[in-house]
Amino acid sequence: MSSEKKYQVAIIDYEMGNMFSVNHACKYVGLNSIITENRDVILNSDAAILPGVGAFGNCMENLNKLDLISPIKDFVASGKPFLGICLGLQLLFTESEEFGVSKGLNLVEGNVVKFPTETSGGKLLKVPQIGWNHIYNAKNDNHWSNSILKDTSTKEFMYFVHSYYVKPSDERDILTMTNYEGIEYCSGVKKNNITAFQFHPEKSGTEGIKIYQNWSSEIKNYKKKNNG
Amino acid sequence: MNHRVIARLDIKGPNLVKGIHLEGLRVMGKPEDFASYYYENGADELLYMDVVASLYDRNSLKDIITRTANEVFIPLTVGGGLRTIEDITEVLRYGADKVSLNTAAIKNPEIIKQAAEAFGSSTIVVAIEAIKQNDGKYLCYTDNAREYTGVDAFEWAQRAEELGAGELIITSVDKEGTGEGFDIELTKKISQSVKIPVIAHGGPGKLEHFKEVLTDGCADAVSVASMLHYSYAAKNKSVNEFSAEGNVTFINSGKTFGKIDKAEIQDIKKYLSDNNIDCRYIK
Repeated sequence: MSSEKKYQVAIIDYEMGNMFSVNHACKYVGLNSIITENRDVILNSDAAILPGVGAFGNCMENLNKLDLISPIKDFVASGKPFLGICLGLQLLFTESEEFGVSKGLNLVEGNVVKFPTETSGGKLLKVPQIGWNHIYNAKNDNHWSNSILKDTSTKEFMYFVHSYYVKPSDERDILTMTNYEGIEYCSGVKKNNITAFQFHPEKSGTEGIKIYQNWSSEIKNYKKKNNG
Repeated sequence: MNHRVIARLDIKGPNLVKGIHLEGLRVMGKPEDFASYYYENGADELLYMDVVASLYDRNSLKDIITRTANEVFIPLTVGGGLRTIEDITEVLRYGADKVSLNTAAIKNPEIIKQAAEAFGSSTIVVAIEAIKQNDGKYLCYTDNAREYTGVDAFEWAQRAEELGAGELIITSVDKEGTGEGFDIELTKKISQSVKIPVIAHGGPGKLEHFKEVLTDGCADAVSVASMLHYSYAAKNKSVNEFSAEGNVTFINSGKTFGKIDKAEIQDIKKYLSDNNIDCRYIK
């Protein structure tokens, strides 16, 4: 038994997709993760993760049905570390064009759009993008060093599965960019206590696990600063 | 795009097995050992296929999935014998990231739609096992190519996409385990007729075969078994002592099948990279 305190992470369960791998990655880096839809458990946790696969509209519907929208917004407002993954990134945005227009959580301003069916060169574009792609720092500054990507090198490979991508209104929210067959898009955001990725760090080998380790450190540092 | 190199592990009971034309299974060793090794060597994904779809012995598959998911942080697809939404839910709970459907989907195509709605399209891989007929048509077979269906492979590929499959894995049963190379015609025709990614499976014996199927065959990803297994088994004598059941004569003999070169994941990736085919190659 380690004497070190384990921090509690709520993996928000809204009945969309497989939470096993996220849960497993958290446990692997020593976090006490709990898969939950209980608002009190979420709000009392030290950190929270919004995962998700599936359709944007269905996900928002489920969050609404399970009365999870206000706990998520309250959690983010508390300033505690919050991580979004895959659809959990997209849901943070203002709206998505998936099946007409669906409203999102609007915690990051911007919209979610679908990959085109062809590249600019007129080649058939395979959608969803499934597989490994580079993430890179498009700003040529050191903003990764103040994030959980501080140990990740630019152009590192991460694992992606998605048909839609996000377009933040404010460039300052962009953390990482990725290029899929000539389409350059935002694959990660950071806004205050929110970090969110289009890719799956829990499926990206040892480089992905590093990101979880750094997020775990961020939780620890946050607790130290705020609870003494 | 970065073309994926997916390590495929055919499983029977507690063992990794390998056959030819999906038949004549030989015991290779313990699947988790091979899986961890491929993960460390840069495999982009793993695919576990329960080749006997042994409904009476799902416990060993469950244990293999769970043990693998505890050590391996890349996507794991599991297929073989999944009949219902409950079966899919179960393997996802054990730690699979995606499932591969063949027999169940052909018998009841609506399961693709139901599964895509329940778990997201990206979780659902439809496996097509095709055999070329004398008239040039490709027909789908199920139950590891034991059962004739009469379904046209090209029509079925498009239907599977419409129903919500996230990707397709195309096996040429004629080529599988032979080392003669992938079926280029089959792969190309399917890959060009759908918008979702297509994984080519069955036949590689030389590094050139990967280049061929990713360029001429228009495949988005490749799945490989024999070349990797022979290489790992040759290096690790201990795996040969493992099995208490099954035909181990072949593996203990140290032989490989004539047309199949041994290769490591890194050999395949280096070869692709040297030939300007994009992939996740880390030197």
